[in-house]
Amino acid sequence: MNAANAPTAAPYTTIVGLEVHLQLQTRTKLFCGCSTAFGAPPNTQVCPVCLGLPGSLPVMNRAAFELAMKAALALDCTIASFTKWDRKNYFYPDLPKGYQISQFDLPFSSSGSLEVVDPKGTFAPRTVRIVRVHLEEDAGKSMHDDTAGRADSRIDLNRAGTPLCEIVTEPDLRSPQEARAWLNELKLLLEYLGVSDCNMQEGSLRVDANVNLHIPEASGRIAKTPIVEIKNMNSFRSVERALIYEVARQWEEWQQTRAELGTMPKQTRGWDDPAGVTRAQRHKEESSDYRYFPEPDLVPVTVSPQQLAAVRASMESPPKQLRQSLQSQWNISAYDADVLVNQGRDLVAYFETLAAQVGGGKVASNWMQQDVLRMLKERGGAIADFPVQPAGLADLIARVTAGTFDTSRAREIFAEMVANGRSAADVVGAMEIAAVGEDELRDLCRELLARNPKIVADVQGGKEQAVAGLIGQARKQNANVNPGEFRTMCLEMIRTMGR
Amino acid sequence: MTLSRQDVAKVGMLAKLALSDAELDTMTSELSKIVGFVSLLDELDTTSVEPLAHPLDTQNVFRDDVPAPSLSTAEALQSAPRHDGQYFLVPAVLGESGAA
Ligand SMILES: [Zn+2]
Repeated sequence: MNAANAPTAAPYTTIVGLEVHLQLQTRTKLFCGCSTAFGAPPNTQVCPVCLGLPGSLPVMNRAAFELAMKAALALDCTIASFTKWDRKNYFYPDLPKGYQISQFDLPFSSSGSLEVVDPKGTFAPRTVRIVRVHLEEDAGKSMHDDTAGRADSRIDLNRAGTPLCEIVTEPDLRSPQEARAWLNELKLLLEYLGVSDCNMQEGSLRVDANVNLHIPEASGRIAKTPIVEIKNMNSFRSVERALIYEVARQWEEWQQTRAELGTMPKQTRGWDDPAGVTRAQRHKEESSDYRYFPEPDLVPVTVSPQQLAAVRASMESPPKQLRQSLQSQWNISAYDADVLVNQGRDLVAYFETLAAQVGGGKVASNWMQQDVLRMLKERGGAIADFPVQPAGLADLIARVTAGTFDTSRAREIFAEMVANGRSAADVVGAMEIAAVGEDELRDLCRELLARNPKIVADVQGGKEQAVAGLIGQARKQNANVNPGEFRTMCLEMIRTMGR
Repeated sequence: MTLSRQDVAKVGMLAKLALSDAELDTMTSELSKIVGFVSLLDELDTTSVEPLAHPLDTQNVFRDDVPAPSLSTAEALQSAPRHDGQYFLVPAVLGESGAA
């Protein structure tokens, strides 16, 4: 997007690239059999390998490599036929070996892309190129509590050695909103594939962002501000906020200093969420000199076309494909398909079962969008635990279709079904809900018309909408009255009276 | 090939070694000899030699994703210079982890 067609004609273009670290959903660590379960007491999931004790040797977890391949394939990356691991050397207390086993010059995959489409159209579809995806081990956790006046930092190595995919994008994103939307799409894709639970609170997914501005000058030259790497963002919302802040900060700084890319080392800034600002982090001296060399304790890995085909065949359909198939199979709008797919695979399954049982995508989709999703959000929890499963809701919808009661009455019944886990038949029976017979309805009409001469006069005077006042009164007397039928009957009667 | 004193100082810094001036002199001379010895290899023509990723002619060594027993926390901590029974204790580290 250039300044001419940007929603707000900013005098610069925002350039964003992302680096995502993703914990893979394996049972055990990358190089040892220790559990990867989150939340265990400190230093209970450690062994000589992940503690980096002398004489221990790493052995690669096959499931981790396969999950990493799934992630890369889903991102349209090319999988290398030959890959190896390297040691990235640096000292930090949460890195017991003094090096991280990572990948340097021969990552297992490269050159992919992932597109993000906003069904509301707030930005044009954006394809973000992926530079590479590689497989490495996570570090442990270090905790320092200044407020408690502790002199020491505490180290928990449960996380050390957890399999981690690093996904690096090209700087193809053009706004903080796009970055957030793209991350949502990435998360959804990886969740659908079962590659990662992508839980940011538990650190399964971590994002760093690189951002700078391209500023067209009068001469036609494009000035570029120094690239800043933002860290410490613990939600996609924080990523968006941090980028919004950083873009404004860089623009302001540019106007004061005119400092350009290349005139200073790359700066790292930490996002302070409560304060809503990024702050410069202390520059780690020579930290970029990692002295990579091939990991002698791991042998290389080769991938044959047959293996690749097998992994591909085992992959579930990605969200993009699912959105399209929901639209074509069930004849629902792109927007509705997007809403459903964004809720995850279980909700899509719920919808498809419902649509099949009620024999129509549109009515099923309407109930999903207007009722199921709203109540699910109010209640919290997963669709699997929702008290009304597709068969129960289909039964209710069938009663509406049969004309037993109207949609607004059905909503009340649905609320009761959800609140107390009851069936439609049960609620209907208890509420003595039954279609009001024609004679009964006619009596009610006659009675209310006699009591409301003003409304009758208004309707006769051409104000047909005045009849709404009668519907309210009718439903007060008998909640089962179908408003549509009642309205038609009243109007019909008034017409007859006027003759 | 010879190493400069500056090269050795940098390598020392990266290895978190505090080298005295005298040690720096000794190291520069000794490391230069070692590097000089290894650099004999530069005389070989390797244009037709494929890069070697690993000296063993083995590939694809994997294990299954099956949990194995971990150490007890007491065992894990026993060799640490300092611990509190749950965590390893280290001199205060501030700022972010270097993990990337
Ligand atoms: Zn372990």
